[in-house]
Amino acid sequence: MANLKIGLAGNPNVGKTTLFNTLTGLNQHVGNWPGKTVAQAKGHYKHNGNEVEVIDLPGNYALSAHSMEEIVSRDFIVDEDADVIVNIIDAANIERNLYLTVQMMELGANLVVALNMNKYAQDKGYTIDANKLSELLGVPVVEIEANSDTGKEELLKTVEQAAQNPVNTTERLVYNNELKEHIAELQAVIEEDKNLLDVPSSWIAIKLLENDEIVEEKIEGSSKRNNIQAETKKVKDHLEGIFGEGSEEVIANARYAFIDGLLKESLTKPNHLKVSISEKIDKIVTNRILGFPIFIVIMYAMFEIVFTFGAPFQDLIDEFFGILGDFIVGSLGETMLSSFLVNGLIGGVGGVLVFLPQIILLFLIISFLEDCGYLARAAFVMDKLMHKFVGLHGKAFIPMLLGFGCGVPGIMATRTMENEKDRLITMLIVPFMSCSARMPVYLLLVGAFFAANQSLVILSLYLVGIIVAVIVAFILRKTTFKEMSAPFVMELPDYKLPTIRGILMHTLEKSWGFIKKAGTIILVASIVIWMLSYFPAGVEYGSQESAIGTIGTVIAPVFAPLGFGEWQPAVALAFGLVAKEVVVGTFSSLFGVAEEGAGIITAMHGIFTPLTAYVFMVFVLLYIPCFAALGAIKQETGGWKYPLIMSAVTLVTAYVVSFIVYMVGLGLGLG
Amino acid sequence: MIKKLNELKSGETGVLASYGSGGDLELKRHLLGMGFVKGADVEVEKVAPLGDPIQVKVKGYSVCLRKEEAKNIEIEV
Ligand SMILES: Nc1nc2c(ncn2[C@@H]2O[C@H](COP(=O)(O)OP(=O)(O)O)[C@@H](O)[C@H]2O)c(=O)[nH]1
Ligand SMILES: [Mg+2]
Repeated sequence: MANLKIGLAGNPNVGKTTLFNTLTGLNQHVGNWPGKTVAQAKGHYKHNGNEVEVIDLPGNYALSAHSMEEIVSRDFIVDEDADVIVNIIDAANIERNLYLTVQMMELGANLVVALNMNKYAQDKGYTIDANKLSELLGVPVVEIEANSDTGKEELLKTVEQAAQNPVNTTERLVYNNELKEHIAELQAVIEEDKNLLDVPSSWIAIKLLENDEIVEEKIEGSSKRNNIQAETKKVKDHLEGIFGEGSEEVIANARYAFIDGLLKESLTKPNHLKVSISEKIDKIVTNRILGFPIFIVIMYAMFEIVFTFGAPFQDLIDEFFGILGDFIVGSLGETMLSSFLVNGLIGGVGGVLVFLPQIILLFLIISFLEDCGYLARAAFVMDKLMHKFVGLHGKAFIPMLLGFGCGVPGIMATRTMENEKDRLITMLIVPFMSCSARMPVYLLLVGAFFAANQSLVILSLYLVGIIVAVIVAFILRKTTFKEMSAPFVMELPDYKLPTIRGILMHTLEKSWGFIKKAGTIILVASIVIWMLSYFPAGVEYGSQESAIGTIGTVIAPVFAPLGFGEWQPAVALAFGLVAKEVVVGTFSSLFGVAEEGAGIITAMHGIFTPLTAYVFMVFVLLYIPCFAALGAIKQETGGWKYPLIMSAVTLVTAYVVSFIVYMVGLGLGLG
Repeated sequence: MIKKLNELKSGETGVLASYGSGGDLELKRHLLGMGFVKGADVEVEKVAPLGDPIQVKVKGYSVCLRKEEAKNIEIEV
């Protein structure tokens, strides 16, 4: 009976999350790594009376200071006192997978290797001698099938044994003599500072030879830094002299040489690999001519399913809350309690749940596309366009496309992007895509002022959104996110038939996460807006006398330079934070007219000219996305930093762009 | 003959000879981790519909990278 802690580590797409789900079932919790925007899944299971905590580590190819994901995994191995690291290996790609294994051995991690995807390896003609491999690596090797119970019992037992008898895996690594000698020299100097020895000195030596920024920084704080730095330089120069290449390459070569040695004895593979099923599928799917049409059809289908199939369910939810509201007002009368329940609580809860159908559908599809391997192909096909125009990874396309439907699923879809920088930039520009909630605002104002050119004017707004997104992405890449340059280099994993269980788990986890986290924000914000509209007691809900009306009146002059300095647009914009379509409802209640028809059109003509109406639409398009989008950003990034940055960026952008549009309009004599 | 990886046509194969000097250190580290080491067999499998990126087979699996990222890798064909 003991409490154990294990981490699941491995390359991307090897089945870590699948194994995690198999082990923990529903006993899991998805959050963020403390202070990081990288997702962290934690869970637990009981076995043989042991209570085992499991952490699903990010997928990595290496453990350099290369990306936030790699740093997270590395810190986990170094700092967290995990009893065992289970290294999941895709048997069909064993050679490359072992590169990470070797790096974890350099760190002295107490490893258990779990060989997964054994069927795919057999299809490829690979035969792996697990016993031999285990003997050579000096760590247990267990064959498993992550999506079933095959090998699970043995894995769990092996993990428990390994926890009892930890091995120092560093000792099992053998690099060529030349390198070994010089690492030993460097080690000796490092070991003079005992404060550095919370990690193996050989690891520090290797990392110094790899020019690892984080370890270099750590050395800066050492009392022996001069000696260490001088010795490092000496060894680097020496290795470069002998091998004729940089010390990093020398080390990478040594690692692969070690792996070659292992595999010579434990892997037999055919001389000629036959053409795999994946290669056959790719002949069509990423074909020069067919690649694009196929991509467009799949995207179109996704868009249709998410937004068209989702709509009736959304209407149903809307209707349900409408009826519930009527029922409450009917039975309680127009009291403060009923106003709170209907306008505050139901408004908030409804505002959360209304997204649920879309989110569920979206994640069913995205999980399928991702798990089967198509998403990587989509990025391959789209990368040139995305890279050229937005400076982003090909994978940024899908979130941006979804953003035209709704920013919330768009933001959540950035999960598929491994690189933190690309993910953040994409998340921050998705809300500039004109979502469907802006449409009612356009329809109202375009109907009132641009009846002759409706589509053209609306199209121009979509274009404004896209152009602004491109510019903002450009600026973000040149400023805030400059430091984190990200290579595109991406694995195209073999196609696989995804498991229903995996897709459902993923969908469930995302949807529930959204309700819990984004929901709290939306609910709180809705209640605050309700209070501002209801108080001081006795005033009409949301009128100029209410708190929000007062606020609107006070901030209205801020919008005067944009051409709409009345208090009503200011109040409407404040309400629009809940959801942008609420802008329309606010106008109608402020003017006491129906949401459609001549009444509201007359009212609009009272406060806007065609030019200021257009400027107002531009502002609605670009200013702070709704609370739901901010909530989604908070959930995805695990903190308030990015929702706040987002709010600031969008407010400034909206103001500046609207002002420019207004000035240009005035200049052209459109006032 | 030595060629740059980005100059290889689809279907062409070779052996990784070296990384040219210069080039992004971060990128090189990433490529090393993905199996682009000296002596590795590489094959350009295809070029994306818009002409970039390219898909390369190395260490028995497929990886795609932009031509810009491939131009520092020298291949003995
Ligand atoms: N056939 C088969 N597919 C698997 C197995 N383990 C994982 N997969 C599939 O491989 C893909 C990637 O798995 P995932 O757990 O998301 O990998 P991760 O990136 O390491 O977390 C998914 O489509 C899984 O359904 C397995 O044991 N057998
Ligand atoms: Mg995973």
